[in-house]
Amino acid sequence: MKYLTTIGLETHVQLKTATKMFCSCSLKFGEEPNTNICPVCLGYPGALPLANREAIKLTVLSGLMLGCTINKHSTFDRKNYFYPDMAKDYQITQNTHPLCLGGGVTIQTPNGPKLIRINHIHLEEDAAKINHYGQFSGVDYNRGGTPLMEIVSEPDLSSQDEAMAYLQALKQILVYTGVSDCNLEEGNMRSDVNVSIRPEGQTTLGTKVEIKNMNTFKGIYAAATYEIARQTYALTHGKVLVQETRRWDPDANETQSMRSKENAHDYRYFPEPDLVPIALSDEQIAEWRSSLPELPSARRIRMMEEYGIPEYDAGVLADARENADFFEATARLCDKQLGKIVSNWFMVEVMRLLSETGKAIGACALTPAALAELVTLADQRVINGPTAKELLPELFEKGGMPKTLVEARGLGQVSDTTALEAFVQQAIASNPKSVEDYKAGKKAAAGYFVGQVMKLSKGKADPKLVGELVARALEQ
Amino acid sequence: MNIENLTICTAAEGLRKRAFSSVELTQGILDAIQQKDGPINAYLTVDAEGALKQAAAADAARSAGLDNDLLGIPIAIKDIINVEGQPCTCASKMLEGYVSPYDATVAARLRSAGAVFAGRTNMDEFAMGSSTENSAFKQTCNPHDLSRVPGGSSGGSAAAVAAGTALAALGTDTGGSIRQPASFCGCVGLKPSYGRVSRYGVTAYASSLDQVGPMTKTVEDAAILLQALAGVDAHDGTTSPVEVPDYRAALAGGLKGLRIGLPKEYFIEGTDPEVMVHIRKAIDDCAKAGAEIVDISLPHTEYATAVYYIIATAEASANLARFDGVRYGHRTAAPESVFDLYAKSRAEGFGTEVKRRIILGTYVLSSGYYDAYYGRAQKARTLIRQDFTNAFKQCDVLLTPVAPTAAYKRGEATDDPLKMYLGDIFTVPANLGGLCALSVPCGMTHDRLPVGLQILGPAFGETMLLRVGAAYERLRV
Ligand SMILES: [Zn+2]
Repeated sequence: MKYLTTIGLETHVQLKTATKMFCSCSLKFGEEPNTNICPVCLGYPGALPLANREAIKLTVLSGLMLGCTINKHSTFDRKNYFYPDMAKDYQITQNTHPLCLGGGVTIQTPNGPKLIRINHIHLEEDAAKINHYGQFSGVDYNRGGTPLMEIVSEPDLSSQDEAMAYLQALKQILVYTGVSDCNLEEGNMRSDVNVSIRPEGQTTLGTKVEIKNMNTFKGIYAAATYEIARQTYALTHGKVLVQETRRWDPDANETQSMRSKENAHDYRYFPEPDLVPIALSDEQIAEWRSSLPELPSARRIRMMEEYGIPEYDAGVLADARENADFFEATARLCDKQLGKIVSNWFMVEVMRLLSETGKAIGACALTPAALAELVTLADQRVINGPTAKELLPELFEKGGMPKTLVEARGLGQVSDTTALEAFVQQAIASNPKSVEDYKAGKKAAAGYFVGQVMKLSKGKADPKLVGELVARALEQ
Repeated sequence: MNIENLTICTAAEGLRKRAFSSVELTQGILDAIQQKDGPINAYLTVDAEGALKQAAAADAARSAGLDNDLLGIPIAIKDIINVEGQPCTCASKMLEGYVSPYDATVAARLRSAGAVFAGRTNMDEFAMGSSTENSAFKQTCNPHDLSRVPGGSSGGSAAAVAAGTALAALGTDTGGSIRQPASFCGCVGLKPSYGRVSRYGVTAYASSLDQVGPMTKTVEDAAILLQALAGVDAHDGTTSPVEVPDYRAALAGGLKGLRIGLPKEYFIEGTDPEVMVHIRKAIDDCAKAGAEIVDISLPHTEYATAVYYIIATAEASANLARFDGVRYGHRTAAPESVFDLYAKSRAEGFGTEVKRRIILGTYVLSSGYYDAYYGRAQKARTLIRQDFTNAFKQCDVLLTPVAPTAAYKRGEATDDPLKMYLGDIFTVPANLGGLCALSVPCGMTHDRLPVGLQILGPAFGETMLLRVGAAYERLRV
């Protein structure tokens, strides 16, 4: 019998705010344990939470990017459970009135595009981190209270590949919107994976198993693959699956049972009395909407039209917002017909430097103005191509403007025929053998002379002009 | 200087006239505590050195030309309000030895006004109780009759003010915890409207009901203290941006032309007839002074006590979860697991009444019971609130008893929690409705026990409340 897979994801995304969700503690990663703490995030008696406006804004921006309906009246709730990772022994979350409802993400599948619907997005605080040290355990409350946005998908994913495509698409949109770094190593994006299978033809979903707290895409893929196989084996061998929560053990490469439905927590949710409801006006939402960036797919098409660049170039550039922003800023400073040339410069020369140095475009000294000037100087043949390519690493590393460097170092292209003819005569005079070769029919020998003249001009000669002069001299 | 009869107002006058210094005044209070608090047990801890240091600083500030109504005035603080560097036990073994790392907003506001922290007063553990008998440390006695309770949960604050060992004190009121002990001890107690005073740094019992307020000898003192405490606080999102008026300016208003409502549901069988005699007399006095008396109905009053005990305990069950022995407070010796640590630390640290309310609150929020209890209680709360909204369309304030009885004997109510809960019947509706309410003394019983009159006003109607309270106070002199 064939079984169909159903996967739903609850993805927790750390928002890019300067401070925690309910206090003003800073959110730096990798600090000494328990250094970014205060009475609020330690749950001291009398301390009260205050909702981080920036976190609310970033969640709304995410919702708008994902096509959600924004709840103009949303509230916080308390989720009660005892564990040392939650200082107050309850988590402040949104249970009944989350910030965003509906929406979805379109993924590419072998059968074409597919919409993965989103149920809702809510805002909550992260737990602290528990470290185990042999005989005892320690709690690091630095992470406690980090703003988390939980994106809950509908069970619309029918394979682990689709789950990957969904997470990649989600990550791209969130990074693009600037709401999160989605840095997986730092645990910025963690998912609970709900997996069930059912016999083909059956409409009701099978028994759901939840795999908790997965923080790598690879792990999610492996865990889902294992779980589908485990459930298929169980059903084909006449076993009954139980609704339960499982954890992924990457060393054993298997999921293990944590607790069954009967032992599920009763979280005793109730409205958080310390926080007033979040009220968002239409004006506020409209203002935030107007600040949204273009989605990569829309930007790709627009850039192709606006700058006349090929689909491939547009796709690569649009994938990373920073790169696309830099490219567009550069192209807008150049002549309109130079779009493709700017794209070549960025895609080949600049991206090579980025990959060699491991830097992001925002972290290097090169400015769009400098690159635009460089491309223009080369296009106007003020400097030649090789000179331009030589200048780029310096601009990339130290900044500055190419025109200044060209003038200071006299790098301007030599187009003075008299001066170049002297070099041509000098080259011919000192290479009688090559002259003979040429005259004997080896027309390629002309290239040798061009090279010699370029060398004599210290690379500054206009190669096109040199070619003409060499040909004329050799024919004589 | 007669410490016993000094009020904030008269002490401030003495300080301004240089009749005495703040150090002398504070020393006077410390001496009074030393001499008189022995049998009363109003105070849990007194930081004499710290108080005298604050007093000296206040004197220096005054010499430098500074002045305000609280500069150099000693104020007693209920042991539930955090003051940096001081204990804040909430009268619980759970927090024995705990030292606050920060100032509550109300403490910070008193500090910046130059007030002196006179000492920390006893209370029912975590403010749960109406007699201060639920303190883990001490039994506070009513200064009018040591065999009787001072009321609660702010019983220490009320007893200190009544005994003259404090000029004034801060209390907290979740269901009557300022007004009822004020009534039992014969002082003035004001529960501000919800959102009027910051709760930041006040150990939470029930977050949607708790308010800090003044306990004083006069209505004017209550106005002075409220002026310093009230106003929006960036640390408490539930504080209101409604402008803080000049409370003292309202005191002279008088009763003429005001409409006073008498909610019939508060004038019922079961209230001690001797209490009723004084309440009726107070109403007559107000009428004679020119107030119009209006009959009012608050039809959902009968549900208030039940609603209160569901909502308050539900919130408390979460608020008190943090006392788990992990980061601070009592921690059991040699726990076997993390859950053993929780279970034993909490079993050892909390008293019976606190456990009772945590269990009740946990129950009403449980899956399967939520709708029947917490859900319905929230709906009933809305109805109670609407009752008040309608009532205040017909009158300016409501007059009622504070409690069905005067102070009762110690030990009398401890065996019967339900009886104790029913004693809150006249005070809990104000908390559920977010209203402001004032308790002012209105007479003494034949046993020489004080009786309190409750004046209820609409949310942020403190000005009206204080005007009526002050006018009534003048009638009694
Ligand atoms: Zn913090």
